[in-house]
Amino acid sequence: MKKLLPFLASLLVLAFSSFIMLRPVADAGYQVGDKAADFKLKNVDGKLVSLADNKAARGYIVVFTCNTCPYAKAYEQRIIDLNTKYAPQGYPVVAINPNDAATVPGDSFAEMQKRAREKKYAFPYLQDETQQVAHQFGATRTPHLYVLTRQGNSFVVSYIGAIDDNSEDAKLVKTKYLENAMTELVAGKPASVSSTKAIGCTIKWKKA
Amino acid sequence: MNRLKFIVLLAGLLLTTAAQAQQVQVIKLPELQKRLARPTDTTYVVNFWATWCGPCVKELPHFDKLTTTYKNQKVKVLLVSMDYASQLDKKVKPFVAKNALKSEVVLLNETDPNTYLTQIDPKWTGSLPFTLLLNNTRRKRVTFEQEFTTEELQKQLQAFMK
Repeated sequence: MKKLLPFLASLLVLAFSSFIMLRPVADAGYQVGDKAADFKLKNVDGKLVSLADNKAARGYIVVFTCNTCPYAKAYEQRIIDLNTKYAPQGYPVVAINPNDAATVPGDSFAEMQKRAREKKYAFPYLQDETQQVAHQFGATRTPHLYVLTRQGNSFVVSYIGAIDDNSEDAKLVKTKYLENAMTELVAGKPASVSSTKAIGCTIKWKKA
Repeated sequence: MNRLKFIVLLAGLLLTTAAQAQQVQVIKLPELQKRLARPTDTTYVVNFWATWCGPCVKELPHFDKLTTTYKNQKVKVLLVSMDYASQLDKKVKPFVAKNALKSEVVLLNETDPNTYLTQIDPKWTGSLPFTLLLNNTRRKRVTFEQEFTTEELQKQLQAFMK
């Protein structure tokens, strides 16, 4: 028993410290350099989409966005344009709507289908119904961008953050944060500015 | 006659003061930073919000109520609207009038969050609402990137002022 006690105590300390160490990481989601786990989410066409599906992709521009947030709406055309520009270079857009449709009816699957049809989205618009993917990435708002680059069969997070420095008016943009990063990433270099901040609408999480 | 003039003048003065309470000053980041850096023993409750932000609109009355509750204490509530400056007359001013806000409201007219968020607070990732409690004399500063109930807010403020 005397020998067992220190063992149990150290076990307890170990369990406790690993809890402390692991928790913030899980809360914060992905950092630049992390491998992104693949997912399987329903697209507006009813089919399931995974990162592994597109064998030709050199990477993806993953954007957590929605139908209803004024900032997401302000950036919608710019997201469409990003796909037009970068899909041919091997980095198509994958849009994911993480909002709880029970909280925001405007973000229901039917409304997503309507929006994608009206705006002729040429990229997947996926519903993250369980919100597990948004949690995994550490997305907090819409729009929230992640650029993934392929390394063999896995995808590495290479840029996190904003599209540019003026949400209201694309014509007044001075710094295109995402495009600057893409120029480097497409050339096989790491992004010199790989993390930027942006204002957005908080993701509407399911009520526990 | 003179008395009438005086009454008219007084009425006019009162009206202007009432109208002033509803004014929303548009400011740039350096102006906001200057205000937040004043060496004063007043506790600042700074809430960053926007008319388009649902959770912000919901919690805003809790903040505005502090202006009345702490009327006789050194507490100043500053509501910083993050709406676009172009929405000042269309959205922000009507909202302030409709909700009869008693606290000072300013609109932060900046476009690049990647720059200004960090300058306001390095921990701010960009979600709204965002709240800052500040007392420069006592060198105290805490931030909250979350929504408040009225009880939670009062509890945090009381703890901060102790």
